[in-house]
Amino acid sequence: MAFPEPKPKKPELPKKLVQNLECKQGAVRAVRFNVDGNYCLTCGSDKSLKLWNPHKGTLLKTYSGHGYEVLDAAGSFDNSQLCSCGADKTVALWDVASGQVIRKFRGHAGKVNCVQFNEEATVILSGSIDSSVRCWDCRSRRPDPIQILDEAKDGVSSLKVSDYEILSGSVDGRVRRYDLRAGELYSDYIGSPVTSVCFSKDGQCTLAASLDSTLRLLDKDTGELLGEYTGHKNTAYKLDCCLSEKDTHVASCSEDGKVYFWDLVEGSLTLSLTVGRGVVQSLSFHPSEPGLLTATEGRVQFWREETHTAEEQPPAC
Amino acid sequence: MAAPEASDSEEEELAGYGTALEPLPEGERIKKPIPLQEQTVKDEKGRYKRFHGAFSGGFSAGYFNTVGSKEGWAPSTFVSSRQKRADKTVLGPEDFMDEEDLSEYGIAPKEITTTDDFASKPKDRIKEKARQIAGITASIPGATALDDLIAPAKITIGVELLRKMGWKEGQGVGPRVKRKPRKQKPDPEVKVYGCALPPEGSEGSEDEEDEYQPENVTFAPKDVMPVDLTPKENVHGLGYRGLDPTKALFGVSGGDYPNLFTDGSEKTSNLLGDLRHSKGRKLGISGQAFGVGALEEDDDDIYATETLSKYDTVLKDEEPGDMLYGWTAPKQYKNKTGMEKEVRYIGKILDGFSLASKSSAPKKTYIPPDLPRDYRPVHYFRPVITARNENPLLLQALAESTGKRETDTLQQNKHTLNASQRRELLGETALKGPCPSVLEYLSVKDKERIKEAKQAAEQQMKTQTLPQQSLNISSSSDGVHHKWQMALGGQLATPGSSDFKPFAKNPEKQKRYEDYIESLKQGQKDTSESHSDPGMTEWERGRERKEFFHAAVLYKSSNSVLSSRFTRAKHEDDTDKVEVPRDQEMDVDDKESAVKMKMFGKLTRDKFEWHPEKLLCKRFNVPDPYSNSSIVGLPKVKRDKYSVFNFLTLPESTTTTISQTTNEKIQQNINPNKPKKPSRWDISDKEKKKKDSISEFISLARSKADIQQQQPESVIEDRSRTNEPLPNKAVNESTDQEKEEERRPSMDLFKAIFASSSDEKSSSSEEDSDEEAHQTPSSVPNSESTKPANLPDTSSADVQECMAVTNEPDLVPPLLKEKLDKEEEFGPRLPPVFFSSTTQRHEPVPLASSLEASQKEKPKKNKEKHKAKREHKHKKEKVTN
Repeated sequence: MAFPEPKPKKPELPKKLVQNLECKQGAVRAVRFNVDGNYCLTCGSDKSLKLWNPHKGTLLKTYSGHGYEVLDAAGSFDNSQLCSCGADKTVALWDVASGQVIRKFRGHAGKVNCVQFNEEATVILSGSIDSSVRCWDCRSRRPDPIQILDEAKDGVSSLKVSDYEILSGSVDGRVRRYDLRAGELYSDYIGSPVTSVCFSKDGQCTLAASLDSTLRLLDKDTGELLGEYTGHKNTAYKLDCCLSEKDTHVASCSEDGKVYFWDLVEGSLTLSLTVGRGVVQSLSFHPSEPGLLTATEGRVQFWREETHTAEEQPPAC
Repeated sequence: MAAPEASDSEEEELAGYGTALEPLPEGERIKKPIPLQEQTVKDEKGRYKRFHGAFSGGFSAGYFNTVGSKEGWAPSTFVSSRQKRADKTVLGPEDFMDEEDLSEYGIAPKEITTTDDFASKPKDRIKEKARQIAGITASIPGATALDDLIAPAKITIGVELLRKMGWKEGQGVGPRVKRKPRKQKPDPEVKVYGCALPPEGSEGSEDEEDEYQPENVTFAPKDVMPVDLTPKENVHGLGYRGLDPTKALFGVSGGDYPNLFTDGSEKTSNLLGDLRHSKGRKLGISGQAFGVGALEEDDDDIYATETLSKYDTVLKDEEPGDMLYGWTAPKQYKNKTGMEKEVRYIGKILDGFSLASKSSAPKKTYIPPDLPRDYRPVHYFRPVITARNENPLLLQALAESTGKRETDTLQQNKHTLNASQRRELLGETALKGPCPSVLEYLSVKDKERIKEAKQAAEQQMKTQTLPQQSLNISSSSDGVHHKWQMALGGQLATPGSSDFKPFAKNPEKQKRYEDYIESLKQGQKDTSESHSDPGMTEWERGRERKEFFHAAVLYKSSNSVLSSRFTRAKHEDDTDKVEVPRDQEMDVDDKESAVKMKMFGKLTRDKFEWHPEKLLCKRFNVPDPYSNSSIVGLPKVKRDKYSVFNFLTLPESTTTTISQTTNEKIQQNINPNKPKKPSRWDISDKEKKKKDSISEFISLARSKADIQQQQPESVIEDRSRTNEPLPNKAVNESTDQEKEEERRPSMDLFKAIFASSSDEKSSSSEEDSDEEAHQTPSSVPNSESTKPANLPDTSSADVQECMAVTNEPDLVPPLLKEKLDKEEEFGPRLPPVFFSSTTQRHEPVPLASSLEASQKEKPKKNKEKHKAKREHKHKKEKVTN
């Protein structure tokens, strides 16, 4: 039921390094694909946000305006806007083409860890270490958030939004799911501080990474544990986790410089991809193809499956 | 008008033209014409009616000149809401018309009503109304009788069915019987009292017919007299009925059985719908003492005299055969003939019906149960025993007689308990709300002073009660209190001297408290007992005593400190209510274990009602799940705060004093491990308390060892002390030890070092301590995510010491911390490329990302605590690397 059907063709995992982007923006705090997977955003610790074409390895634009390091970013569904958040406690809404800040939302009392657009890019949701999730209205000019979700007892480390749900992972060891349609809040206790959460593509499960070096796949409706994935190392940092493009595998960053892949159903470790020496801080899976972006230290790497052939030679960056 | 007046005075000289106005009557004011705005018209319901011209709404526009609704036209036609677009109604002209106009325009009412055919009683409002009016106003009472006569005979369906079966009006329902119809006549001896209509002689002819009665003729059963069940609510005599004009005339017109149907005649005549026509010409009422009506012809017995022979003198049985004579309880007819009777059922049986071949099973009757011999059908109320009854003997006797003691009084006071008291009874934990204790607002210095003062008091007590206490540590709290009272007695300030009123909210309580203080000062023995409210239970009294006691201690020790700090609020805000979320996330302890067992699901999940903001729903294109509630977020409820003294955790006896070194050993014996703050150590302390004195001795020895081992590191201690100015500089062993106890870290720190991470850390704990001596980390890790675990007793002394050092709570000035942070940011993991330039930025963001920020501001929140923990770990790793 909750498990997706196994694919007849064995899904491939991104193993081949096709691009290596030296971002030159300090440490890359987060790397994010855009909505269709053609572009990516990197959040740098030098207060800048950069837009790339990871397939070609070209830098498209640099967005500067944050007052401190940028911690997360997201693109709107129509690629016309970006939102980003940072340690300057603000959430910024950018115009992609002009590179200007359209709006800045101030109100968080601390660093803003994560930011998400809703489906129609009418609301920006941001989670902060001030233990609140704030919903900012992009449509009106009002400066204060529409609603503050302050149920978390500790900092909000990760946030995901579906068409009617808000999923937040908090350092208080809970994954909270706000169901707008049902008007209910589900709080699942994980025990260990949650660093990253995400929905499965089928919307039936939630994946939560926590600081006990464990990823847990939970049934969305009941909160039951469907799978547990261990083997990587995540005890101190806010590391990302994600599901592969067809929900076949679970991927997670690790503090030992690798990215680990587990089979979603069996829970067995299928691949550990060595990325670098330092901590792999962030990763982003391509929305439709087996492509993976990893961020370690100051560079971003783009990985594709073995059979992938590049359409054109990427210029050296 | 002036003309006639003028003519009055000068009548002779002036000639008058025309006709003079008629002179005004004396004493009457000139009638002013009613102004237009006061000319009102009311409709039949007494409402004001306005006339509308073509410009103001056409025909009657209803409710205060609006149409249909209070709001008028607009809201009923214009619906802005998106949801209601679907059920748009088509309005007809009727929607804009008043209901009273509908019939005028030939629009039939659309309600469903019972037609007269099926109504049990024809509802003829107009007739009823007319009758009422006639009864009140009509000069000629007979006028309404005509209406009754003319009224069309509506026959109900039941009557029609009966008729088809051969029933006729006036008969009873049932098989025909063979008997004398004479019985149907009323007993001539029955007397009618009051002003009911007298029996008429019109039945005389029938009487005569009775004489020659053929044998083989059967008769219909006599009509059952409807039993009148209307309650008697007047003060007239039994059977008296007042003069009823309608009855009078009606009775005359159809007075066949005026007596027999005294009550029922009207009903039955209505029921059956027939109006009996009179045979004779007898009109009007002819009652005793009422004279003769205007329309009556014969006035024969106006002067009839009452004779005693008209009254019953003997209580006799009613007619033996007649079961239903008069008002008796309904009895069953004896089934004399059984089935035969049914065969001889009257008339034809309706089509489609047949007689039942066998009779229905007879009803089973149960005899009532036998009553016990000593049963008395009277309820006896036991006397209520009140606690404040003066005579204790009587009280006890009563309590014994009722079979319950004390519990009764407790229960009686059930309703006087407030929520928090009940909560305490139930053993629930106090609400976690934003109600910090007063002590938290105090500075470290002031806390120190309070502590000193307390300890001084305690010391006195100790010296007095040492022998007893050492024998019996867990002496009853009452005893301790008493000692305390004695000790405090001399030191307490007068209550009136300052305005420290801990119970100002409750004047009675405050009064009692003052009395208590007063008596304490005088050194009375049972202080609070004498002043407590006699209505309180023993438990309540005990609680209050404890509370007073705490208050007294607090007041005594801190009055100088507190009074300078606080001013009385000008406006009293709503402090005894605190808004808390209705649903709290449940305790994590059981969840913890569920997570450990990997039993995710119900055990780890909390579900709450959550109200999203309307705009958020709109933006998400989701219908608002609670469209008609104004709550946003989790629903909140107001709850009573408890007394302030609930939150003051003043331990009754605390640890060593500053100057007291001689008593130290014994005191330690008494309370070996008393923490200042409630922490996880509390549990182990309690457990330790239970242990015997041997284990105490062991622990004492251990703590001694700790102190000795700590000596070489007093440098650190000293440094911390410079940051924290103490009023008393006399540092000695006992304070050291106390501090160490204070600083004893919570379990998660141990776990951070020993349980979770690699073994290299623990092996290098020596280096750690060295390193940490310079770094002095920040805050006490104490968070909900830590697992409760017990420190094993076997833990080595050096570990403890290391912990003690690492765990200085908030003593390091922010400057130092910042420096440390900088240092800390240079992680070993950074690639060499970045080392030269902006190194500190390139380290991956730890989850404890708040660290820099929090340390720059001030570490104040619980939230940061994990992070500090992790930070700590991080440091360890660094060292080992």
